[in-house]
Amino acid sequence: MKIRVRFSKTGNMKYVGHLDTMRYFQKAVKRAGLDIAYTEGFSPHPVMSFALPLGVGVTSEGEYMDIKVNSSLSSAESVAALNRVMTEGFGVSDYVRLPDDSKTGMTLVFAADYTISVNEEGSFIPPKDIWEGIETKFWQDSETIEAVKKGKHGETLMDIKPLIYFIKSEYNSDNPVRSKLYMRLAAGSRNNLKPDLVIEEGLKFFGLAFDRCDFNIHRTELLNESLVPLKDLGEII
Amino acid sequence: MSKRALPDKILMQVDKSARYIGNELNSVIKDPSEVDVRFAICFPDVYEIGMSHLGIQILYDMFNRRDDVYCERVYSPWTDLDALMREKDIPLFALESQDEVRKFDFLGITLQYEMSYTNCLQILDLSKIPLLANERDESFPLVIGGGPCAYNPEPLAMFFDMFYIGEGEVVYDRLFDLYKEHKHKGYHKKEFLLDAANIPGIYVPELYSVNYNNNGTVNSFFPKHDGIPFKIRKQVLTDMNSASYPVKPVIPYIQAIQDRMTLEILRGCIRGCRFCQAGMIYRPLRERNPEILKEYAKEMFRSTGHEEISLSSLSSSDYTCLKEVVYFLIDEFQGKGVNISLPSLRIDNFSLDVMSKIQDIKKGSITFAPEAGTQRLRNVINKGLTEDDIIGGATECFKGGWSKIKLYFMLGLPTETEDDMKGIPILANELAKAYYDTVPKEERTGKCQITISTSFFVPKPFTPFQWAVMYKPEEYLRRAGIVNDTMKEQLNRKSMKYNWHEAYTSVLEGVLARGDRKVGQAILNAYKSGCMFDSWTDSFDFSKWEKAFSDAGLDMDFYTTREREEGEVFPWDFIDIGVTREFLLKEWHKAMKEEVTPNCRQKCSGCGAAVYKGGVCLEDKG
Repeated sequence: MKIRVRFSKTGNMKYVGHLDTMRYFQKAVKRAGLDIAYTEGFSPHPVMSFALPLGVGVTSEGEYMDIKVNSSLSSAESVAALNRVMTEGFGVSDYVRLPDDSKTGMTLVFAADYTISVNEEGSFIPPKDIWEGIETKFWQDSETIEAVKKGKHGETLMDIKPLIYFIKSEYNSDNPVRSKLYMRLAAGSRNNLKPDLVIEEGLKFFGLAFDRCDFNIHRTELLNESLVPLKDLGEII
Repeated sequence: MSKRALPDKILMQVDKSARYIGNELNSVIKDPSEVDVRFAICFPDVYEIGMSHLGIQILYDMFNRRDDVYCERVYSPWTDLDALMREKDIPLFALESQDEVRKFDFLGITLQYEMSYTNCLQILDLSKIPLLANERDESFPLVIGGGPCAYNPEPLAMFFDMFYIGEGEVVYDRLFDLYKEHKHKGYHKKEFLLDAANIPGIYVPELYSVNYNNNGTVNSFFPKHDGIPFKIRKQVLTDMNSASYPVKPVIPYIQAIQDRMTLEILRGCIRGCRFCQAGMIYRPLRERNPEILKEYAKEMFRSTGHEEISLSSLSSSDYTCLKEVVYFLIDEFQGKGVNISLPSLRIDNFSLDVMSKIQDIKKGSITFAPEAGTQRLRNVINKGLTEDDIIGGATECFKGGWSKIKLYFMLGLPTETEDDMKGIPILANELAKAYYDTVPKEERTGKCQITISTSFFVPKPFTPFQWAVMYKPEEYLRRAGIVNDTMKEQLNRKSMKYNWHEAYTSVLEGVLARGDRKVGQAILNAYKSGCMFDSWTDSFDFSKWEKAFSDAGLDMDFYTTREREEGEVFPWDFIDIGVTREFLLKEWHKAMKEEVTPNCRQKCSGCGAAVYKGGVCLEDKG
């Protein structure tokens, strides 16, 4: 039976790369005692696929992996079993059964939600007009947003405006470093936009340089084409 | 969120930052304020190499079983982070608490290979601990070395406060208890070291003097004070079943070089290959009870969920309960997504049966280590593997479906002639011929693949070859050239491939392996001129080492190409490994006469290891 697991990766675990995260969960499902199905051959691996890689340095509470199991306990018991074997920074929030004919998270993912905040280890203090301007002048009012996008085939200049579904700014006047930006961006194998690039272009629009380490980037959810969170495509057992 | 020594700005810049954040599965978290002893255990190389080492896992687990000790891990920051830490003045930290190493009570460094010596200095330097032992007062950690290279600690004597000679399981408890006692009554480093020097296996270099002859060799070696032992006796775990075992090993996030669970089935070796240091210093051979091993395997799987398990030993085929344990692992783990890896097995019906069950024959290869190209030279080194064994074994593999063979040899062994060098590709050619004779054309999937690898022989202390000469780098390369040229003349040359090691690295390894105290200055010079990660081809710079030696007024040839007298006092002679110098010399003479010595199970040769009253020495030889 097909299962979708939603998990978080926070704190220092943002430095664990995508491949290492996969290896981590391959072991974790065994420690948790899940009745996982294995691939055939001399090096059997748990049948497992991840919806969307998370960049090094990015935290998340909305990561997804799809697994195949031969049998399963209830969702609540399975979440508890997985959380018992997690290291600090990893946590499992959901465990749902998918219809047998459902597509993998990797195929379905269409958009990703991010929260951007200011890294207190840095020295960046966001000015109000710029922070709010990223939502209004940079995103809403621009016809096109030209940016150099790094892809598999080198760098291409393209219009990223259609890949930004929304940007919402929340400025904290009492404590500007507590300000936040919320954004929903195209994600998945067809179109994928990294939040770093959006912030970089947004700051550049106002003549500011971008330093990645000035910001915390946190992914909150992955959604399908109908903008439904991937976990809601399965049922709790 | 847990503590972190490095800010985002640095972690985002360096390669594989997960090396530096700790928090791995099964790593131990304690409150440092609630322990008496903080021990930083260090493997002086990059994280993914150090994390593959079983010895560190054993000690880490054992130390942390004590409530009053908190043991944390330290590895060499890779060159990118090393540069940033120096530039930004960030001190080296231990992974678990992310606290500065400098605050610890002990810094224990494992000495697994000579080419890591400059990295020991990197660790001290980045920790802001003075490099020289006599410049460190009570405010610094006590620096202790252990591991195989500690069997000749002299080149590192000026940097370490203590060395531990032997297997870590045995006397660390006594050392910790003594330290607590001293800490309780007011810790003075000198007083502590005087007491520590009386714990068996502990060597405090500062308490000993060396006198040299005019020709530079050691004249005498003696304690500076009364009541300090003349000889340091290797400490051995007599009963392998009584020790603790790391059944909850720390599992790294990034992939370690050896990414697997390890089951140590035995320690020591009965074979007595005359070049092999491990075969002598770990005598006598001692086995673990198979029932205990089965429990360990199950528990390790529960605690790690690992996808591979491997047996660890110097020669797995010499383990008397091998079949029982291997078939247990296959039964237990098949269907649980766990691969089984079996290194150092001799080829026989049993191993072929097992291999066919656990390995993809089409992809897998079989390894033989004849070590020398002719029977004559194999007799010299006492490698009891005959040409018939090799060709017969390989033929069985070919029948079983394998077509890839790896062969390991050494060049530069004592008495080696051109015939011995040429014998290497000639033997490989015979194996290829055996393949084409054995496997009918229609069953072949292309050519067979015979890969020859040669390393250059480096004489090590406490082996019968400790008297052997080494050669100049050019001479090693000439010998590799002969192997290469001869290979090209072989009929089956297209089925063969040849790799050889770096010659300059081997020469330096030889200098450090049989070095004396004077070599310490050269190591210091080399480090100060920028040498580090010498075991990595990209960072190894022989010319810096040459200068380091000449600046120290030393000649590398003294340690390598010089003929050693039979009666010469060696820098490591003050260590007693059980195996006697008389036995080693007898073996050296037998080597020159091309005579073989039977293994411990065939006949006891009276090597001296029986003083430990354990393992194979107590077995009934019928």
